[in-house]
Amino acid sequence: MAHPERPGGRRAGLYARRPDIFPRKIDGRFRRLKWAIMVITLAIYYVTPWLRWNRGPYAPDQAVLVDLAHRRFYFFSIEIWPHEFYYVAGLLVMAGVGLFLVTSTVGRAWCGYACPQTVWTDLFLHIERFVDGDRNAQIRLRKAPFGPGKIARRAVKHGAWLLVGMITGGAWIFYFADAPALARSLFDGTSPRIAYATIGVLTFTTYVLGGLMREQVCIYMCPWPRIQGAMLDERSLTVTYKDWRGEPRSHGVKRAEAGTEKVGDCIDCMACVQVCPTGIDIRNGPQLACITCALCIDACDQIMAKIGRPRGLIDYATLEDCKQEAAGAPPVPIRRTLLRGRTFLYFGLWGAVGLAMTFALGARTRLDLQVAHDRNPLWVRLSDGSLRNAYTVKLRNMEARPRDVSLSIEGLPGGVMWDSMSGEAGAGRTLRLTIAPDQVEQHRLYVRAPGEGGAKEPFVFVVRALDDEPASDREETRFDRPEAGQ
Amino acid sequence: MIDRPEDATTTPSTGHEWDGIRELDTPLPRWWLWVFYATIVFAAGYCVVYPAIPLLNSATRGTSGWTSRGQLATDMAAAEATRAKVTAALATTPIEQVDPKSPLMAAAIEGGRAAFRVHCVQCHGSGAAGSVGYPNLNDDDWLWGGNLATIHRTILHGVRQPGDAETRASLMPAFGRDGILNPAQISDVVSYIRLISQQDGPSAAASRGQVLFAENCSACHGAEGKGSREFGAPNLTDKIWLYGGDRDALTATVTTARAGVMPAWGQRLDAATINMLAAYVHSLGGGEQ
Ligand code: SF4
Ligand code: SF4
Repeated sequence: MAHPERPGGRRAGLYARRPDIFPRKIDGRFRRLKWAIMVITLAIYYVTPWLRWNRGPYAPDQAVLVDLAHRRFYFFSIEIWPHEFYYVAGLLVMAGVGLFLVTSTVGRAWCGYACPQTVWTDLFLHIERFVDGDRNAQIRLRKAPFGPGKIARRAVKHGAWLLVGMITGGAWIFYFADAPALARSLFDGTSPRIAYATIGVLTFTTYVLGGLMREQVCIYMCPWPRIQGAMLDERSLTVTYKDWRGEPRSHGVKRAEAGTEKVGDCIDCMACVQVCPTGIDIRNGPQLACITCALCIDACDQIMAKIGRPRGLIDYATLEDCKQEAAGAPPVPIRRTLLRGRTFLYFGLWGAVGLAMTFALGARTRLDLQVAHDRNPLWVRLSDGSLRNAYTVKLRNMEARPRDVSLSIEGLPGGVMWDSMSGEAGAGRTLRLTIAPDQVEQHRLYVRAPGEGGAKEPFVFVVRALDDEPASDREETRFDRPEAGQ
Repeated sequence: MIDRPEDATTTPSTGHEWDGIRELDTPLPRWWLWVFYATIVFAAGYCVVYPAIPLLNSATRGTSGWTSRGQLATDMAAAEATRAKVTAALATTPIEQVDPKSPLMAAAIEGGRAAFRVHCVQCHGSGAAGSVGYPNLNDDDWLWGGNLATIHRTILHGVRQPGDAETRASLMPAFGRDGILNPAQISDVVSYIRLISQQDGPSAAASRGQVLFAENCSACHGAEGKGSREFGAPNLTDKIWLYGGDRDALTATVTTARAGVMPAWGQRLDAATINMLAAYVHSLGGGEQ
């Protein structure tokens, strides 16, 4: 197919090799922030499953545990049952709105600092630097022919990456089982096969995504940068090259110092490009591939310090401020850009969901009852002319201790009930039961009532805890009788 | 600010433009292409190994010999194997000797529920509530007995089945059709039955009917009309009527008699299944000890 226009005259092929990227080591305020965040996030990830939390003898003592087999999610003092999945949905809503909130205040900070893809890629880059040396050494090694030395270095590097991948996958499975027990069984080879398979898969994905794919995940695979494109506006913080200050570029410090022609602050040293983990040139303008890791700011600040110019030729700034600054206004303090309507709106939403969930969590009852009326048959006529209906009653004891409860019927004059397992001899209007800790118990109950009465007579099942901690739940249902003529 | 949108990525544009938004001509990464080729290779291999290409009346077989029917057979065999212990236990233990609170009984009831859906719902209904002429199995009224052993026997040998010596059999005379009672007498008997079932009050007809009942009916239905499970003769004093308790239905019943039938399931189903069915029917709410 013929393409009508090709600006720049460059012919793009249908596919292209990934350009090699060898990000140079850099130090600076943002790099140090990244270190701190990396340590914190990795520590959270690796340490969390090992935290203990005492829940008594009937529940696991792991602080954070996704117990798939028993379908429970433990998070410190909170225990979530499958039917309470809306809490997880609420958390996801909060995470989503939280991302919007972060974007409207500090732009793609998630991408630049906290995203697992970024954190692990960063970790892998450090390993690479540790083994192969910094940028120039890496480039030399890349060009060098394969020999014992190169092969050894490559083996060490990929081996280290795989090891990190394995530890990553290894930590993941501890969230799904008792960590100390699983760790022991992992080493003596008695863990379930799924544990080893999960480690294997995660080793592979971590190695591929963090070691081989890196920035390509952000550029080609991740939906977030696309969403960001729609989320960012002229008042969002982005990493920006202040071209009105930097242009025209001078090539080399000397010429800038000579002062013969009017030149900008950018000396075209390419430091910002060399440190960039996604291999782009921020001076071309804001772009999708920029994850706003701010390493180019650190790089440029170093150069500016060396040539005695003020820092911040590349800096966090909003497009709006850039326009004002370009027109001669002084730089706007970042604090000001944080306070705006959108931010407050997102924060309000985020806080509202959080508060609602906290409230719901505090108010939820840990004893609950669900009644399903048998529909086939709706009623059964007995020899003495009375009628019998059947109900499936689910009693949920969400506490980690056995509970004595009473189950009674309210309303339905003349009605008595009995458990299908114990027989009609034990019929009455109240049954006493003990529900096992952390269990749902299902009872099929028969209720017998006089044959005369409303065709759909409402009444209520009530469950009450008989121990010293009051808890109860009730559900209205109905007693069916034949319609006239049946 | 530099205003060079396509320059920011240094990727050429295709020249397509909508409302000032230009489409970039970003080349695919090369590895992506290799992944694409790999999927093609995989697909080719898949077509060789698995049945894949449709022919006129069939499809290619694939070198692995895998078929969906074969898979089903394997899965069914596996399911059967996991059930084998329960089935074996139920095939050899009389159902009335199984502990009612044991897991084996629970398994029997569930198995019976499934078997009932296949073999019994046609007459007894999906809720086992029966209909006119087909007994409701949920209630506490049993023609032939409601404990596990008698229910089991009824299912095993059926009702009025030729070819089964132990089948439940009894025959009510067709009092009207065979000329044993005349229509007026039948009307009197019906009045008496309506009296003992507390549907009508005392009357002269009922008193006449009482005499006729004692002579003709009490041998099977008992002196008080409470029925006899030995003969499968229903209790006439309760509120449950298999063929209806109003005058018309009762008159028809006495005139032409009733004789329901049920297959002798022993001729069709294995011992375990019959035990399961008995357990299920017994669990429906009316089961007796
Ligand atoms: S683009 Fe996606 S994968 Fe990359 S840093 Fe941002 S969120 Fe993470
Ligand atoms: S351009 Fe700068 S901020 Fe953006 S990814 Fe590269 S180094 Fe990070």
